[in-house]
Order: sequence, then structure tokens, then C-alpha cells
Amino acid sequence: MDLFHNLALGFSTAAQPANLLYAFFGCLLGTLIGVLPGLGPLATIAMLLPITYALPPDAALIMLAGIYYGAQYGGSTTAIVVNLPGESSSVVTTIDGYQMAKQGRAGVALSTAAIGSFFAGCVATLALAALAGPLTAAALLFGPKEFFALMILGLILASVLSSGPFIEGIGMVALGMLLSLVGTDLSTGTQRFAFGIPQLFDGLDFVPMAMGIFGFAEIVKNLEQDDKLSLVTQKIANLFPTREDFRRMIPAILRGTALGTLLGVLPGGGAVLSSFASYTLEKKLSKYPEQFGKGAIEGVAGPESANNAGAQTSFIPLLTLGVPSNVVMALMVGAMNIHNIQPGPQVMTKNPTLFWGLIASMWVGNLMLLILNLPLVGLWVKLLTIPYRYLFPAIMVFCSIGVYSINSGTFEVYEAALFCVFGYLLIQLQLPAAPLLLGLVLGPAIEENFRRAMVLSRGDATVFLTSPLSAALLAAAAIAVILIMLPTIRTRREEALQE
Amino acid sequence: MTGPIIRDQRAFGSGALFLAFAAFFFVTALNYPSGTAARMGPGYFPRLLAIVLAAIGLVVMLGAVRRTAERQALLKWDMKGLAWVTGSVALFALLLFPLGFAGALFVLIMVSSRASPEFTWKGALANAAILIGLCLAVFVYGLGLQLPVWPALFN
Repeated sequence: MDLFHNLALGFSTAAQPANLLYAFFGCLLGTLIGVLPGLGPLATIAMLLPITYALPPDAALIMLAGIYYGAQYGGSTTAIVVNLPGESSSVVTTIDGYQMAKQGRAGVALSTAAIGSFFAGCVATLALAALAGPLTAAALLFGPKEFFALMILGLILASVLSSGPFIEGIGMVALGMLLSLVGTDLSTGTQRFAFGIPQLFDGLDFVPMAMGIFGFAEIVKNLEQDDKLSLVTQKIANLFPTREDFRRMIPAILRGTALGTLLGVLPGGGAVLSSFASYTLEKKLSKYPEQFGKGAIEGVAGPESANNAGAQTSFIPLLTLGVPSNVVMALMVGAMNIHNIQPGPQVMTKNPTLFWGLIASMWVGNLMLLILNLPLVGLWVKLLTIPYRYLFPAIMVFCSIGVYSINSGTFEVYEAALFCVFGYLLIQLQLPAAPLLLGLVLGPAIEENFRRAMVLSRGDATVFLTSPLSAALLAAAAIAVILIMLPTIRTRREEALQE
Repeated sequence: MTGPIIRDQRAFGSGALFLAFAAFFFVTALNYPSGTAARMGPGYFPRLLAIVLAAIGLVVMLGAVRRTAERQALLKWDMKGLAWVTGSVALFALLLFPLGFAGALFVLIMVSSRASPEFTWKGALANAAILIGLCLAVFVYGLGLQLPVWPALFN
């Protein structure tokens, strides 16, 4: 079997002592930063990016993947123990997880989350490995018009799934794409929107923008609110779920995993959508719906499995098609570029050890999180007792160093400062920043494929509709837009996306 | 009829932001040759995109003045917090080479700490000492990042 051969190759890479160590450090650091309130996986990865610069590409990616899962996992820990979601995909975990903690069952909730995440991680890794081959083969058949249509679909779905009115999400995508045009035009060599500033010739960097918006501007916003932590102070004892707990959590884990694996592949999907969908599903199917919101174990098991599966399968579009499906994956593109890897179908053929090593290390990372986190919960909770007034200068220090280290220059730091103001403006106007960053990342590829397709068709724009594959992709995008305009779905979406 | 004509000020502001960016990019893109649909110049795609964004901006703004629009005021800006945070980052960039890594970090930490309503000199100084020590150990000695460790005078 090809699949097993490939997985064996992957595991032989991931199991090298050095790579195991990097996966371990990635998970540890990711959890450490992810536990801190207000720091999601995006800011965590961006902050820790400089650490991976000196590593060889496969070790760097393995470590980054570890950081990603660690950050995800850290978010759930704080959600359960202190009712503070570390990031948006663990928002639903706070509902029942924190209630369980209040009933003295924090340990059980934490191990439920860990078991669910681990199982989901295993399944999602297999799904990734199984789908990688066929999808990559399909991607090789894609021409410029198909890629253009695929990316339009991705951006539309990302706006549909972002919070706030749909039209504003699309506006943010268009704005991000315009900002991505700053710099040298690849086909003619013309400098566009650079105003003679040499640092802009290569375009606006993703990391300073993400740091300014998700790091600094977020801090300004957090400082406006009083930080009140409702710490559960009692010791976390009794990690083991009872037989009854197991009986109730297993079906929830299975359903959450299936849902997350599917939804994670969708552009714009990933961990957040998966966890919300799973919670709704569990509540609908449960024999005890009245227990939800009061510490139902399914309310932890389902969403936690779903968000981990979704987090993992969202690598599928990136690794096979080269299209990042959410902002964290967009950051991964940046990280891969630093190591001279162009994400897309050619990674698997040109660099099989890296590709399969990364996939195998995801499984390894999940195993590490399982054994690393439960014993260390006490330590993570201690971190939360650091007052925010000491914490946020530290976050600013790490962000600033991270931004500086992209080019060893201060230009990017100024850029981040500027985007802090812009990010604050976005927060005040309640405009979603994620579609903006996706537009920024996909903009150049969209323009390039659009222009190429138009050259090939001699200027005939109907070519996007006459080719069956691109027509189907664009039709899917159109259907998504029409659905979102329907009043019933609109209200349901608003309910689901409000946090 | 009571209240301002612009019912949803938040949405109106968002639409205006889109429109302003669209206008800026469109006007700037007029400097670049447009080419034809079959052979696009560097100005074609930006203009197309700017028109799309302008249209979205207009739709959002019109939606904000519709009679059915929900009333929503603009949020109040915390100018002080924004100034301390943004200023500290800009100062870090400005002072990194003249003052060196440790000096610039010190300024960054002290200035940004002022953004907190619970600022105390003692706490901020202690925090700065710990963070500078940690950063020197991790980034300079541990990872060997290219950083100007000492003030420019000593080089």
C-alpha cells in the first residue's frame, strides 16, 4: 500500500531524535503562549516564528505545527479552568467545561478534552494522509482559470464564515487584495503603490500586519476592559472520567471528529466553525439537552474533538492545492516561504520527506500534548495568575522582536506600529480582520492566475464559465452568496457566529 | 423622526473606509498602463478591484442610512492607550540602533506599561529587568539573532 509506505517514510522522519525534540519544544512553547488570554494561535505562531529561522526546513515546519496544536490545546485549558477562551475555537468549551470545573470536575473535563483531541488528531492525520495523494493529483490538472475560481470560492466562504455582515467581510477581502498589490508587478516589473520606498518593492509583509492587528491593537482593546479572572482555585484532582463519563463522551467524540474532519477542509472553515457546529449537534442529539450549559460532558468532548480535527484537516487545502483556508494557514505560507518552500501540489512530489514527515509529526505532536498537558495543568493555571499589566509588555516585546527578525530591520517594526492603529480602527468599526489577511495572502496569486487565464482566452472573460471545473467552483461560490442572503439562514448564521 | 440621519454610524464608517481606500488605489493606479483584457498592464487589475471595493463601500453606506437600519453609534476611542502602545513600538524601532537592544527594550517596556491603568514604577521596572534578561538570554545568546546588542557609540 502506498499510503502505508508514505506514512512509514513520514514516521521515520518525525521519529528522528532531533525532530522529536523540536516537536516537543513546539508543543511546550505553543501551550505556554496559547494559555495566555488574548493570544490565539495566530499571534502565538507569529511570535515564535523567529525561533524557527535557524532550523532546517523540515524541523522548522514540525516545530511550527507543534506550536499550532499547543496553542489550540492551551486555549481549551484556560477555557475549562478559568472560563477564558485562549482563542475563538475554544469559546464553546467554556460553556460546559467551566461548569464542570465549578462542580469540582475540572480534571475530568481536561482529560475529556485531551482524549477527544488525541482521537480526533489521529483520525484527521489519517484523513490528511489518505486525501493528500488524490487531491494533489487533481491540483496538477488545475490551470489558471481553475485556480482563480478556487481562490474566489475560498475567499467567499471565508467571508461567509467570518463574523459581522457578509458584505463587510467581502469588502475586507477586496481591501486585503488591494493592499497585496503594493510592490513589484511580477509580469511587467512595474513598481505599484510603492511611492519610491525600497522596502515596499517586495510588497507588504504578512507578519507585521498580523502582529499590528492581532497583537498590538488587540492589547489596546484588552486594556480598555478590566481584567477579571474567575479562577477556580481548588486543586485539580481526579483526572479520570468514570465509566458513565466514557459512555457519554465516546459518541460525542466520534461525531465531533467526523464533523471537524469534514469542516476543516472547507476554506474559511477550520477549528472555529467545527467546534460551534459540534456543540449545536450534540445539544440537538442529546438525551439530556437540559444539562447543556450546566456541565454536560458531551459539550466538552464534541467541540474539543471537532476543533482539533478541524485544525488538522485545514492543512489539506494548503499542502495539496497551495491555498490557505484560514489566517493561521496563511501564516504557514509565510513560514514556508522563509524556508524556500512553495506550498502546493509540488511539495509532495519534490519534497516527500518533508511532506510526510510533517503529517506524521502532527500525530506525534498530539501524543505529546496528551502526555505533556495533563500533568502540567497546574503550571499553566499558575501562568494565568500573572496580572495583565505585566503580561502585555512581555507580549509586546516578543511581538516586536519577532517582527524585527523577519528582515533584521526596523522598517517592519514601524509597519507593525502603523497597523496597530489601523487594527484598532477595524476593531472600533467591528470589521473582521481575518478576511483582510486572507485577501492579502491570496491577492497576488489571484491576479496572476486571472491575467494568465485572460491571456490564454485572448481577453474573453466568459472562459471562467465555459470550463466545467471553474464554472462549478464559481457556481458554488454564487450559491454560498445566495444562501447567505436568504433571511432564515442569515439569522441562524448570526446566532451561530456571535461570540 | 428623531436622531441623526445616519442610523448605523458603525456601518457608515466602515463603508466610508472602503470607499476612501478604493478611491486612493484607483487614483494611484491611473499612473500605471491599463493594457487590454487580453494583455493586461499593471494598472488593469488594481482599477477593477478598486471599482469593486468602491461599489461595496457604497452599498454598505447606503445600508447604514436605510430607514430599517439598526441604530448603532461609533465606539469611543481610547486614544491614550493607543498612543502608549503604538508609540512604544515606534520608539523601539527608532532607538534599537542608537541605544542597542537592551536600551530599546527598556524604553519599549516602560512606555507600553504606561498604557495600563494599574501602572506602577516599581512593577514596571521589575518587569523590565526580568524581560530584558530573558530576551538577552534567549534571542542574543540562545538563538543568535542579528541584533545590535550595544549602543551605537560602542561600535
